[in-house]
Amino acid sequence: MANIISDETIAYVGVLAQLELSEEEREQARSDMSRMLAYIDKMGELDTTGVEPMSHVFPVQNVFREDVVTNEDMREQILLNAPEERDGMFVAPRTFE
Amino acid sequence: MGIADMTAVELSAAVRAGQITAVQAVEEILTCIEERDALYNCYVTVDREGALAQAKEVQAKIEAGHLTGPLAGVPVAVKDNLCTKGLRTTCASRMLGNFVPTYTAEAVTNLRKAGAVILGKTNMDEFAMGSTTETSAYGVTRNPWNREHVPGGSSGGSAAAVAAGECICALGSDTGGSIRQPAAFCGTVGMKPTYGTVSRYGLIAYGSSLDQIGPLTKDVRDCAAVLEAIASHDVKDSTSLQRQDTDFMSALTEDVQGMRIGIPDDYLGEGLDEDVRAAVLKAAEELAGRGAVVERFDLSLVEYAIPAYYTIAAAEASSNLERFDGIKYGYRTGNDAGLHSMYRKSRAEGFGEEVKRRIMLGSFVLSSGYYDAYYLKALQVKALIKKAFDEAFAKYDVILGPVAPTTAPKLGESLADPLKMYLGDIYTIAVNLAGLPGISLPCGKDRKGLPIGLQLIGDCFQEKKLIRAAYTYERSRGPFGTAGGAGHGTAADERAQADAGSFRTSGEGQVSQCGMLWQGGKSGRPVSEQSTEGTDRTNRTGGIPS
Repeated sequence: MANIISDETIAYVGVLAQLELSEEEREQARSDMSRMLAYIDKMGELDTTGVEPMSHVFPVQNVFREDVVTNEDMREQILLNAPEERDGMFVAPRTFE
Repeated sequence: MGIADMTAVELSAAVRAGQITAVQAVEEILTCIEERDALYNCYVTVDREGALAQAKEVQAKIEAGHLTGPLAGVPVAVKDNLCTKGLRTTCASRMLGNFVPTYTAEAVTNLRKAGAVILGKTNMDEFAMGSTTETSAYGVTRNPWNREHVPGGSSGGSAAAVAAGECICALGSDTGGSIRQPAAFCGTVGMKPTYGTVSRYGLIAYGSSLDQIGPLTKDVRDCAAVLEAIASHDVKDSTSLQRQDTDFMSALTEDVQGMRIGIPDDYLGEGLDEDVRAAVLKAAEELAGRGAVVERFDLSLVEYAIPAYYTIAAAEASSNLERFDGIKYGYRTGNDAGLHSMYRKSRAEGFGEEVKRRIMLGSFVLSSGYYDAYYLKALQVKALIKKAFDEAFAKYDVILGPVAPTTAPKLGESLADPLKMYLGDIYTIAVNLAGLPGISLPCGKDRKGLPIGLQLIGDCFQEKKLIRAAYTYERSRGPFGTAGGAGHGTAADERAQADAGSFRTSGEGQVSQCGMLWQGGKSGRPVSEQSTEGTDRTNRTGGIPS
């Protein structure tokens, strides 16, 4: 199944993962991923027909609580971590020309 | 005995009895860090001022009778993926190089409530992805038993800090063995509790359905003490469980009479180092000698755990790490040409190789067209693995086996082949998939003198059985020795005994207790001047008559 990793697939994964990859990195990623997937394909040996996929070990359903604010206003401390900040807001690069 | 060689329970008792103060204890360990961390690089950040301020507060509370527990006044280290308010938290990534959290992880808050003093943040594999602590953006951590070897990972800094006496005990996190394996490689005790026992609030997420915080300690008693302190129900973590039975120290009894212990055949099979196998089987015999009923059995599906794990962990990682967008916090590229290009460049420059590898694999297995074949399939395999454990625990109280197929590999040996590194997780990984508790404790050394770990696995909520079995084995085994003390029964131990009771603190013109023990002589020669050839610590204690 290793042949599924085409140039298009790697480019697509780069888009999904939001990672800019150099030509070398793309090649490396393709070889790493092909190897890993060939190994992961071992799961195919198991018959899992009718097995309910288990995302959680315990049957915990949605846990609800009242939406009450318990923390104080931390805007200033939070903005200290921002790469760029202006007038109490995060600054992002221009999105539209 | 030097403060750095004491367990948490011993140290806290001495502090509460007024033999030493919490401030003296913290000063002593800070001195050890200064002397030794250049050798091992256990810490990313040491919070000297903060630790001393906390120690003063704790001392006052002890004197006022408000702190009476077994962690009061104990200096601890915290893995650098646990948020600490006002103290840089990097996840060992360039991405979070200047990140200062505005809140503290619940487990750390619980430790502080118990009177522990946070010394600083320990090194790890970047975003906890790795098994050697070599993927850190802040340099590799070295194994205190032999500096040419890795400490394991991803909680390698925490394990090495405990082994090197650079803290009394530590917190780590375990997604696929990241507490148990470094504990084994560094000759310390490490425990991954039942999923949901310790709140994940403030733990920077890797694989959320697998991540669990736990202790790394010098012995089983400390492990129970730390776990008892950090376990709590927390409304801030929706996967947090309400448990009444978190008085783990009550399980510290020497009693395995009639305990049914199963050893999976597959855990002793191909790929297992001979020394590890022999040590683990000897530990099993020891427990049998104490009245346990030990049997071999077939735990099926072992070989499917790694493929299922890496699929699920990578999928969750790719989703969890989407938040790093270079806007709200974290690294932002210097050459941003627009929003989307900025995202891609910031992430490409901010994340290391292994993190990117897992994000890409995760993005792939979650993408339409492959979701069913990989991600859903892995969740089905996980269900089957859980069922296999359920069947095993119908027959056995505890499952016993090795922690890892080998002892600590040499630096640089693992990263060349990621898949090979992943295969080293074979005995620890299924425990996370099934949400089970597991403990790792030292059970011997290999021919190179490197520690070997014994793993005990329990059914969900059966930490007390694990603690009971581990404590019984530990008592039966006797002292394991420390990385710095050149093993038990040596001149170092005799000297330590002679020194017991005389607590000294470091100061101007005074050689610290920890320094003397560490250097293996009273010459007061700084560690940095010692030869680092012959990295086995026993070789460096040349001044001691043997």
